[in-house]
Amino acid sequence: MHIELEKRARVSTLFSIFSPLLALALTLVFGVVMFWLLGKSPLGALYSFFIEPLLEVWSLHELAVKAAPLILIAVGLAICYRSNNWNIGAEGQFTIGAITGSILPVMNPEWHSPMILPLMLLMGMAGGALYAAIPALLKTRFNTNEILTSLMLVYIAQLYLDWLTRGPWRDPQGYNFPQTKSFQMEAVLPEVLSSGRAHWGFIFALVAAVALWFMMRFMLKGFQVSVLGQSERAGRFAGFSARRMVWFSMLLSGALAGLAGISEVSGSIGHLQPSISPGYGFTAIIVAFLGRLNPLGIVASGLVLALTYLGGEAAQLSIGISDKVSRVFQGLLLFFVLSCDTLIHYKIRLVLAGAKAAEVRS
Amino acid sequence: MTLSEGPAAVPLLSVRGLTKLFGSFAACNAIDLDIAAGEIHALLGENGAGKSTLVKMLFGVLQPSAGQILWEGAPVTISSPGEARRLGVGMVFQHFSLFEALTVAENIALSLDPKISLSKISDEAAALSKAYGLPLDPKAHVADLSVGERQRIEIVRALLQNPKLIILDEPTSVLTPQEADRLFETLFKLKAEGRSVLYISHRLEEVRRICDRATVLRHGKVTGACDPKRETPASLARMMVGSDVAQVHRDSASALGDIRIEVTDLSVPARTPFAVSLKKISLKVRAGEVLAIAGVAGNGQGELFDTLSGEYPVTDDGAIRIRGKAVGRTGINGRRLLGAGFVPEERHGHAAVSALPLSDNLLLARSQSDKKAFLSGGFASIIRQDAIRSATRRICEAMDVRKSGEDPQAGSLSGGNLQKFIVGRELDRQPAVLVVNQPTWGVDAGAASRIRQALIDLAKAGSAVVVISQDLDEIFEVATNIAVISEGKLSDPHPAGSLTLERIGLMMGGIHESHLIPEAAHAH
Repeated sequence: MHIELEKRARVSTLFSIFSPLLALALTLVFGVVMFWLLGKSPLGALYSFFIEPLLEVWSLHELAVKAAPLILIAVGLAICYRSNNWNIGAEGQFTIGAITGSILPVMNPEWHSPMILPLMLLMGMAGGALYAAIPALLKTRFNTNEILTSLMLVYIAQLYLDWLTRGPWRDPQGYNFPQTKSFQMEAVLPEVLSSGRAHWGFIFALVAAVALWFMMRFMLKGFQVSVLGQSERAGRFAGFSARRMVWFSMLLSGALAGLAGISEVSGSIGHLQPSISPGYGFTAIIVAFLGRLNPLGIVASGLVLALTYLGGEAAQLSIGISDKVSRVFQGLLLFFVLSCDTLIHYKIRLVLAGAKAAEVRS
Repeated sequence: MTLSEGPAAVPLLSVRGLTKLFGSFAACNAIDLDIAAGEIHALLGENGAGKSTLVKMLFGVLQPSAGQILWEGAPVTISSPGEARRLGVGMVFQHFSLFEALTVAENIALSLDPKISLSKISDEAAALSKAYGLPLDPKAHVADLSVGERQRIEIVRALLQNPKLIILDEPTSVLTPQEADRLFETLFKLKAEGRSVLYISHRLEEVRRICDRATVLRHGKVTGACDPKRETPASLARMMVGSDVAQVHRDSASALGDIRIEVTDLSVPARTPFAVSLKKISLKVRAGEVLAIAGVAGNGQGELFDTLSGEYPVTDDGAIRIRGKAVGRTGINGRRLLGAGFVPEERHGHAAVSALPLSDNLLLARSQSDKKAFLSGGFASIIRQDAIRSATRRICEAMDVRKSGEDPQAGSLSGGNLQKFIVGRELDRQPAVLVVNQPTWGVDAGAASRIRQALIDLAKAGSAVVVISQDLDEIFEVATNIAVISEGKLSDPHPAGSLTLERIGLMMGGIHESHLIPEAAHAH
């Protein structure tokens, strides 16, 4: 007996709605199995993982802090993926954005001007965009696969940051810790509310999501993205340039990742250090797909994935399991989302043994 | 296995009344065919004549709607390609199904019993390829091989199953003349061993050279069975395209206007290894004229369309002029702004995006030419859905597009209805120049006549129309002037009334015009 996938005549509307929920449910089921195997009470663990972080004001603030970079990066990536450009290197663009955005406060710690923060944000965006321009250039010039180039550039960016914070940018009065001087007051992204840590990065994320949703829904640019993403040939017939779309989508997603990077550093860390991200740039790929590459959906999925980060920390404290569990949850979720999406286009059919030898040709 | 049989033996394969319906359309209609042991049998026909459908039924890919297949005299049901292979039918497809990253031997192993070891396969393949003069290194990676060599893999793969009948689908369409000669030698060897070959082609010279018998298909029916060696290319062409074409009389003196589109000495190198290069193409089309460009598929029609439409601009700006303006380096939207409209051959993924609704597909072709009507908000370019929806409705009404729902996905329409929409999308603008590639390819008869009428009416209203088509009936129906494209070269245009089907058929088959100037067409 084996299982066959049969293409549906038309896309199933039922499963279009149902599949993310099914994926979430399957993730929880496997989470229960995992906690049980770890010898923890599954329900208690799930409670401290997914419910507890939502019960207190400060932890809701933390949720916004974690969701902000995820959403900012993911909405940019969604435009990339919709246009069939596979930027996997948002983590690197995030890191470079954090570095270029930090040039001013690190080099001029005595500059106390309200101008410094907007300049930092702009420089962060420019840095991220320029870093994304490398795979864009390689793709448009040499037809290089952007998945590989953008991914490899991540490690270069991380090692560069490591070198900077241990070398030239290290704070001389920092007791040899590998980190820069703390940013001056004017260079810190302020909190939105006085009740907690959530900073303006979250607002940037919401604005970016709404703006890009508007672009995809109502503007010719968004139409170009979806036409070129579905058929480059039809895009060419429409007079849209696939090459320019590579630049547009890569620069846009790079700039947003860079903005996320400098917002994170300026808003919630306060200085540069060798590690500034728990993998936001990679998790954002999951966020983008879980949100169906729709900017508004991404706001929701960004909050869900931020919860797995928080839950991981909470579970570490309250029931003493490794925070790697949050990675496991993220992986499970992406896995199930992608596999459940198959059901939108295919029916599953069981074929009894010996009915037919598998054919090479179909 | 012995394959020798007496001359009067039952045919190896007989087909009786074989019919395949797709909906109400009969791709194959009551086909009778006999293939004797040890013969090379040609299956001739234009594109869309039903050749591929027929062989797919013989190879078990498709199931016939009616009729019978007899194998060595006994009725059989071929339910799958595996079944066909067990009977002794091997097939070499036109489009290869090879994995580029694997070696030759690994590719062959994929189609065989998984229990046979790779080294055994590689030895056998090497021996076979030597025996049949098909040099092939089993350890070579497919990615490094030429098209001719890849075809050899497919042939060796088919031969390894020791077939009695080998079906080759347009094998020379991808080969150089030298590679084709080699292939013919292999075919003669197979024939000498008593194996049969079913050879699908539309190249007349080739068929006359190597085939013992020919069956000609047209519109899904057998229109002739003959010995190709006794026929002339002209008589074969007549069987292929049919002689029942209505004589269209055109008033050639009807007033033609100024030159709307002009191409001068246009040469374009091939973009990909499979593309055809265009060689010194010149044409002129005046207002009120329909220039039809005939030709067998793959002789540069697509490349010519890409160049005329501006999807791939050329370096010589003056080589293409639309309404007097040099546009060689101008992109497709720049040409549209000068009043040109374009309809490419492929509906899905080129003329339209299947997953987008009709209204979006309207915007696809007209986002710049109808900027004022369809976009607002200046730089932001906000799409005006209401304006586009009402234009979509207007087009669907004008062209009688049958659809389910108000604004369905393009992919949900039938070929004919989608094509009517795509043509209507351009006509709605009343273009000064319309370039159409294969306007009624794969379209039902009703939609086809609607589209042809629309093209004639457009020219009558004072536009210049270029129709690239493989369908000679269509060409005679719509054309004022006819030119033929062959191997990337375009013949001089001739008034439609002065050409006969035979002459066009010969020009299409790659026999060049110089041979035809003395009217008695000598067949070489």
